[in-house]
Amino acid sequence: MAVLLIAEHSNKELRPFTLNAATAASQIDSDVHAVIIGQNFADAAKQLSELPVVKKVLSVEGTHYENFTAENFAPVIVKLAENYSHIVCSANTFGKNLMPRIAAHLDTSQVSDIIKVISPDTFLRPIYAGNAFATIKSNDSKKCVTIRPTSFDPCESTGGSAPIEKVDPSEEFSNTKFIKREEIKSDRPELGTARIVVSGGRGMQSGDNFKLITEIADKLGAAIGASRAAVDAGYISNDHQVGQTGKVVVPDLYIAVGISGAIQHLAGMKESKVIVAINKDGEAPIFSVADYGLEADLFEALPQFMEELNKLNTIQK
Amino acid sequence: MKILVAVKRVIDYNVQIRVKDDGTGVVTDNVKMSTNPPDDNAIEEAVKIKEGGKATEVVAITVGEEKAQETVRKALAVGADRGIHVKVDGILEPLAVSKILQKIVDKEKPDLVFMGKQAIDDDCNQTGQMLSALLNWPQATFASKIDVKDNKLEVTREIDEGLETIEINVPAIVTCDLRLNEPRYASLPNIMKAKKKPIEEIAASDLGVDVSPRLEQLKVEEPPKRKAGIKVANVAELVQKLKNEAKVI
Repeated sequence: MAVLLIAEHSNKELRPFTLNAATAASQIDSDVHAVIIGQNFADAAKQLSELPVVKKVLSVEGTHYENFTAENFAPVIVKLAENYSHIVCSANTFGKNLMPRIAAHLDTSQVSDIIKVISPDTFLRPIYAGNAFATIKSNDSKKCVTIRPTSFDPCESTGGSAPIEKVDPSEEFSNTKFIKREEIKSDRPELGTARIVVSGGRGMQSGDNFKLITEIADKLGAAIGASRAAVDAGYISNDHQVGQTGKVVVPDLYIAVGISGAIQHLAGMKESKVIVAINKDGEAPIFSVADYGLEADLFEALPQFMEELNKLNTIQK
Repeated sequence: MKILVAVKRVIDYNVQIRVKDDGTGVVTDNVKMSTNPPDDNAIEEAVKIKEGGKATEVVAITVGEEKAQETVRKALAVGADRGIHVKVDGILEPLAVSKILQKIVDKEKPDLVFMGKQAIDDDCNQTGQMLSALLNWPQATFASKIDVKDNKLEVTREIDEGLETIEINVPAIVTCDLRLNEPRYASLPNIMKAKKKPIEEIAASDLGVDVSPRLEQLKVEEPPKRKAGIKVANVAELVQKLKNEAKVI
């Protein structure tokens, strides 16, 4: 039986991690169908149909799907699941919220946040904030799997032409009402997919001081991250949090500034290709994962860093 | 309103875990255990709602081995009224836990069920959503703010893009983020008082729930180690290394 991929989108366009989830789905079985649920999402559905790994698109439209409420999404996916061996989705807040609701209806033990497909029923996943990797075999006849998007490359985005088939919507779940979403708009790259991430921690001492980080991030074309301590202290909003309960990032370059490196933070960034740590405490655990460590006061180091960057003739983007 | 709060006993968040040599799991013997951190937030929120006059009873529940009862006792020490301990040995999958909780909900008939959004041991992030599916109740996951209004809750949820606010009708499930509140510490007199609060013990086998595992953990291993890095003397050297050695800028 085929794999059903749940597309994540904004009604306007596909969200980028759908492409990573599609890759994981295609590693489970080459017959991948994708379901897109929402309201007025014609362009996103078209993008989905153009992914070469997707063989068929199922389109479910309804006003009650506009805000991606799990209580509305689950019944229609559960019904579709009859025809599939696996249901797959990204392990970001969309998928984390939705998939267990589907799995419970299907009486299936979900496998969360996989980083590798070993075989169609066996997966590798991090546990204990990534301090151990578990190989898990699912014995359920139907498998619900969420994938860690940064552990899979995005699939090709053009060249496919899967047919789009309409599916009847399910009834509305009336006990949950969407009120509002406050998305922080930014011209910078998205934290989850950025090539470079510059992150600040409690050592930044204030929200204002984050401008030292912003400046460097702008120069490097980088996204801005933060430790939980910095978010808790109100220096920066929650969507920047990197760590076990925040986002997991795997950029080419991760620069940790004023971050001590608690286990929970390392869980979100230690797979980055190159890690830089700037911290005045030479004993800080962040240095244990850093390729380049600079023991220095960040308030001196960051302006110097900016100066040095300004001296460079070219900077990769 | 009556609030049921589920708590789990896990390896303390400050402990650097060790993988067992035989690859069957992680070492838990003689390791400091405590309540799963966001479960502390769930208890705190329930107690605050009761203190604000909007809840009449807070019941703490845990599902697990004998020692898991410590987490219920701790919840009682910070303000929960009574406890329930569903006794079961071995590792339970979130699906099994949610089925057990469903049975308890049927019996206790709470208006709200709170729990942490994720346990920091298996990092599954499933139980709350599964329970709400089984009960067909609304779910407010990753909550960082809760306003109780009559028979509704307005909940702010932390999502990847920022914040989302939803309104859910009671009865409902809420899974709590660490930013929801600042859990209090138990005072000594309250710890003493908690010893007198009742904890009902129930054998999982009496609930008629199939808790047999569906997943096989074939192996647990250490993640690949990063190769040791170097310390640079100054910012100029750092930038040169990034440019010419790592070639990332």
